[in-house]
Amino acid sequence: MGRLRKFYGSMVGKKVVMGVTGLIGIGFVILHSLGNLLVFRGPEAINSYSHFLKSTGELLWTLRVVLFLAVILHVVAAIQLTRQSRAARPIGYTKREAQVATIASRTMRWGGALLLVFIVVHILHFTTGNIRPAGVFSREDVYANVVTSFRIWWVTLFYVVAMVALGLHLFHGAWSSVRSIGVSPPSPQPLHRRLSLVIAVFVWAAFTAVPVAVFSGIVR
Amino acid sequence: MNLTLHVWRQAAADAPGKMVRYEARDISPDMSFLEMLDVVNERLTERDDTPIAFDHDCREGICGICSLMINGVAHGPMRGTATCQLHMRSFKDSDTIYIEPWRAGAFPIVRDLVVDRSALDRIIQAGGFITAPTGGAQDANNILVPKESVDTAMDAAACIGCGACVAACPNASASLFTAAKITHLGMLPQGQAERYRRALGMVEQMELENFGSCTLHGECQEACPKEISIDTITRMNRDFLRANLLGTLP
Repeated sequence: MGRLRKFYGSMVGKKVVMGVTGLIGIGFVILHSLGNLLVFRGPEAINSYSHFLKSTGELLWTLRVVLFLAVILHVVAAIQLTRQSRAARPIGYTKREAQVATIASRTMRWGGALLLVFIVVHILHFTTGNIRPAGVFSREDVYANVVTSFRIWWVTLFYVVAMVALGLHLFHGAWSSVRSIGVSPPSPQPLHRRLSLVIAVFVWAAFTAVPVAVFSGIVR
Repeated sequence: MNLTLHVWRQAAADAPGKMVRYEARDISPDMSFLEMLDVVNERLTERDDTPIAFDHDCREGICGICSLMINGVAHGPMRGTATCQLHMRSFKDSDTIYIEPWRAGAFPIVRDLVVDRSALDRIIQAGGFITAPTGGAQDANNILVPKESVDTAMDAAACIGCGACVAACPNASASLFTAAKITHLGMLPQGQAERYRRALGMVEQMELENFGSCTLHGECQEACPKEISIDTITRMNRDFLRANLLGTLP
């Protein structure tokens, strides 16, 4: 236990925790975005997929617990590291020009905070049904929940904005997580991140497609 | 060429500081940046003003003592050079140039543009060396090292310890500096015995000095006058993780 505490007590240890929990999140959003695309195959496809997931019982709950712990660890480590980094430069520059930092790398913290809010709202909206923008919620008819919700402009807008934040978070995170945990091979162009661009664009497009398709009337 | 300078002036470590405007007239484009400051200082001295304090020594890009945040970029606009090798031809006539010291809590200001970088020395003392018996040198090529390892080690060993990585890092992290030494010694047979103790010790010291954490913006690699790769940071994290998982024996 002392060793584990010492490991987490270091900044590099926290970065490793952020990298591992980030990779768990990346695996999850890829599977989640693939599942979402079933909306385009009609109500039966997505509803039976939802039924299948719920029928796995303990497996589903194990995954939920893992994801919950991953989010908590990721957020706590991020807050602690952010505080340390802010404290490391008490007096800033009058003039500073970023050279290679991307919009994605510079919005990890605020984008991450937005994503945390999104995750909470999203679970209350589609999983538990506590938030019902359209006034109706069904545990069986997932398709109906999607279609009734995304006809409302501000629901669609909130999801679209949050998915931009997710895409940016993935573009930097998918690349930096494997570096943080020390497993990425040396590269002559370390700042090139083709694989994470593919992951980010795919996940962003798949997640954005559903609300936009419903709102524009392509999916009814 | 005529330039407008905004320079950070601070009389002592605990004195308040501020940006002060100077007009630098008739500067030759062939001067180095530090020679331009020499000229400005000479004129300040002539009119009984205190010259601007800045660090400089070898003026050929190898000692690592020159610093300066120039227009918001560590070591100025030329890539892969220290401030001493930056020339005024990189600027245009009537340019405005902001000159600031390295900013980090771990680099306290001594005076004006001079900062105390001994925090980096203490990181080296925490493991950035090999314990080898002294005495007669071995025959050359007694220890064979693969070409790729030599190249990686040499690229990392090029670090001159200037601290531009810390200055350019939005988090004021010393990861590139620490990782460069860990990579330099970790790639060579002589560095293996202490490889994992080194990773633990240097990382611990880096944090004791209150440097920030690495978020892989990549700014350090861009600012480094020796263009050391952020791949070294991946290697540092790997050695640190391995030392924690498997212990410090090689």
